[in-house]
Amino acid sequence: MSHHPLLTLEGISKRFGATLALNDVRFDLRAGEVHALMGENGAGKSTLMKILAGNIERDAGAIRIDGQAVDIRSPRDAARHGIAIIHQELNTVPEMTVAENLALGREPKTRFGMLDRALMEKDARDKLARIHCSIDPRRKLGSLSVGMQQMVEIARAVGENARVLVLDEPTAALSRAEAIELYKLIDQMRAAGVGMIYISHRMEEVWRLADRVTVFRDGTYVGTGIREEISPADVVRMMVGRTVADLYHHEPRVAGRPLLTVKGLAGAAVGPVDLTVHAGEVVCMAGLIGSGRTEVGRLIFGADARTQGHVEIGGRVSAPADPAEAIADGIGMVPENRKEEGLFLDHSVEDNVAISSLDRFVSTGVIRRRERRAAVLGEMERLRLRLNAVDLPVKALSGGNQQKAALARWLLRDCDVLILDEPTRGVDIGAKREIYEQIDGLARAGKAILVISSDLPEAIGISDRLLVMREGRIVAELESSRTSEEDVMLHATGTAARAANMGEQA
Amino acid sequence: MNSEKTNAMNLAKPAREPFDFARWWDRVGILMVLVALVLLMAIIAPNFNRVDNLLNIARAISINAILAAGMTVVILTGGIDLSVGSTVAVSGVVAVIAAIAGVPAPLAVLLGMAVGALCGLVNGWLTAYLALAPFIVTLGTMTFLRGLAYTITDGQPIVSSSLNFRDLGNGYVGPIPVPVIVMVVVYAVIWFVLERTRYGRHVYAVGGNAEAAKLAGVRVKRVITSVYVLAGACAGLAGVIFAARVISAQPTAGTGYELDAIAAVVLGGTSLAGGRGRIVGTLIGSVILGVLSTGLILLNVQFFTQLLIKGVVIILAVAIDSLKQRPLFLRAGGPKTPAKS
Repeated sequence: MSHHPLLTLEGISKRFGATLALNDVRFDLRAGEVHALMGENGAGKSTLMKILAGNIERDAGAIRIDGQAVDIRSPRDAARHGIAIIHQELNTVPEMTVAENLALGREPKTRFGMLDRALMEKDARDKLARIHCSIDPRRKLGSLSVGMQQMVEIARAVGENARVLVLDEPTAALSRAEAIELYKLIDQMRAAGVGMIYISHRMEEVWRLADRVTVFRDGTYVGTGIREEISPADVVRMMVGRTVADLYHHEPRVAGRPLLTVKGLAGAAVGPVDLTVHAGEVVCMAGLIGSGRTEVGRLIFGADARTQGHVEIGGRVSAPADPAEAIADGIGMVPENRKEEGLFLDHSVEDNVAISSLDRFVSTGVIRRRERRAAVLGEMERLRLRLNAVDLPVKALSGGNQQKAALARWLLRDCDVLILDEPTRGVDIGAKREIYEQIDGLARAGKAILVISSDLPEAIGISDRLLVMREGRIVAELESSRTSEEDVMLHATGTAARAANMGEQA
Repeated sequence: MNSEKTNAMNLAKPAREPFDFARWWDRVGILMVLVALVLLMAIIAPNFNRVDNLLNIARAISINAILAAGMTVVILTGGIDLSVGSTVAVSGVVAVIAAIAGVPAPLAVLLGMAVGALCGLVNGWLTAYLALAPFIVTLGTMTFLRGLAYTITDGQPIVSSSLNFRDLGNGYVGPIPVPVIVMVVVYAVIWFVLERTRYGRHVYAVGGNAEAAKLAGVRVKRVITSVYVLAGACAGLAGVIFAARVISAQPTAGTGYELDAIAAVVLGGTSLAGGRGRIVGTLIGSVILGVLSTGLILLNVQFFTQLLIKGVVIILAVAIDSLKQRPLFLRAGGPKTPAKS
């Protein structure tokens, strides 16, 4: 490892509207080094990488390669400076062969302007050989496993003499064996002098691979440590260490009888999962993105097919074949992405709020419109939505008010069990507070609330109990009043298990 | 992470929008086009504004308008039905054969509609439950049903001068032709269903966002199946009226009608993406197409030229509809793409 920085980012800032996504951050990378970049969701990691890749432009700051200031305004600029990004979503054409993918955009031609297939395949073989990979270049890319496809993408980057390689959650979709292959490849590239920026939430692999670790939090630079000199617990503390506002303060609640009981529930990608939410209780599912929380919510709600297990609502078995049946059983769900799954953006607030409760306002299919209007206005008032917005398309509302409209649908329905998936994502602080008040109020009214949140202070602050998920299972149950963000992160990243293992070995 | 202004600011915002061309056009734009067209024709086309001519126009458009009514409901869910023209032929053939065999007129008419509904059920089931693309499904049934009409009739028209339900096509109630009354009833019923019933709200919900509709408890597959049944029943009714009008069963009846119906729906401002549109718009769209055709005939414009003009009108209408969807048309400088980390 050389000690001259290969890449230096200094004073980088980026603003999106009123949000400062990156505030004067810095990062440097040496040749032959793996430098991990860590932080919670929303810390600014992806924004910085998009700036480096030329997908978005920085507002301020300098990028230097070998000490020379460079300007990166497009992906083409980034490629010219030897920067390559391996994305979470692969950037390849599955219908084309490996060789065609590797030559994409710079296909070799014969003298007559025809595609020189022989040369293209030879080039492909050479590029694959450089990373010690023996895939047949004539195979269709789509016929390969995700891990192999990723190898092809790395072969392309290395073949184009990339000196800076960004690996963004590269093992997220890989099997254990494939991940180990990738680790070997990373070690080879390190030896070959490639500088690698490694973004991952998995503490274990960061500790296996990284030479240094830098942590961002809320768009700011927190610190950089050499792996030998810091511990995973230090990194977790750096990631979460912010003050928790009294935003979450609530009086103690009294839990009643079990209202939602989930037994051995499993779907295609998650489970089996057991959990119970009592009447008057707020339980929060914490964990990293991709840990299976949303999937569990959707299984309970009948939105995805169960492979085993069942759900009980107040002691009655609920086996919904679709959300319509789950709603009839007294469950409601505000989905994760309100624009894609939650709301009808072009339709009025009234339509959006009333859609799941129309059965209450119909006689032989015909809607009693005055009653519907009055009921919708009642919920809007309760959520402090401006009443004359009732006929506006819901897309005309702010993010916070859209989320309140999504919540109003289930308040109107008056469900016993409410699943709220990321209820405050992209919501301003005022609306956040109001949504918390509603959650507290619903619990006090004897409802069972299951919240899914990636916002740790929120997850701890608004809940009575926490269920931490990792890799499709619940790995820990914590009392919210007696836990810390560090505890949750230790379980969510698997660091707790790792520490326990190390203890056993020692 | 999206930038959020304060609540108060957001609440105040929509009310102060100065003039929103998109919303204005949504409400009255297409009606303005119709009024302008009618005024123009009244001035330049001889005999255009005579009452009997206007009633003739109404009768001439009734079949396309009834097809377009059913088509609107399908398109509101984000679907399309190319088979309605062929359904016109099959249901007309079945109704005429039944009438000749001695089935009473009301039953023969209902039978024609039932045949149409059955064709729609096949379309709907294939689209909803096998998740096939409705364009392809109905392209297939369009071809199949046309073949069926030829097969049943052996390719020949079945003429029956004593057809018992011929008044459905040729009769009058007072001065009003019967097909016009049927058309008005169809539009009234579909308007009521879409605007005032739970089912109608579910249709809009499915077209607006199928995933959100599912998560809101709408039975998306059932709704999708049902709209094709409705479109099929409308096509069946149109087929029976067509047969009554020409007092015979024609295997070639309704050829290309699906495209006229789609044109009327789109002219009427219904989005092909689904979720947005009004049945009244479709009626106005049908009338525009009818007024245009009749007016051009009265002006002695050649048939070939009529097609040129009709084509331009359809594209113009869709262009306006599409332009108004663009943010820059509403206000300059949209928000930048938010980034997530």
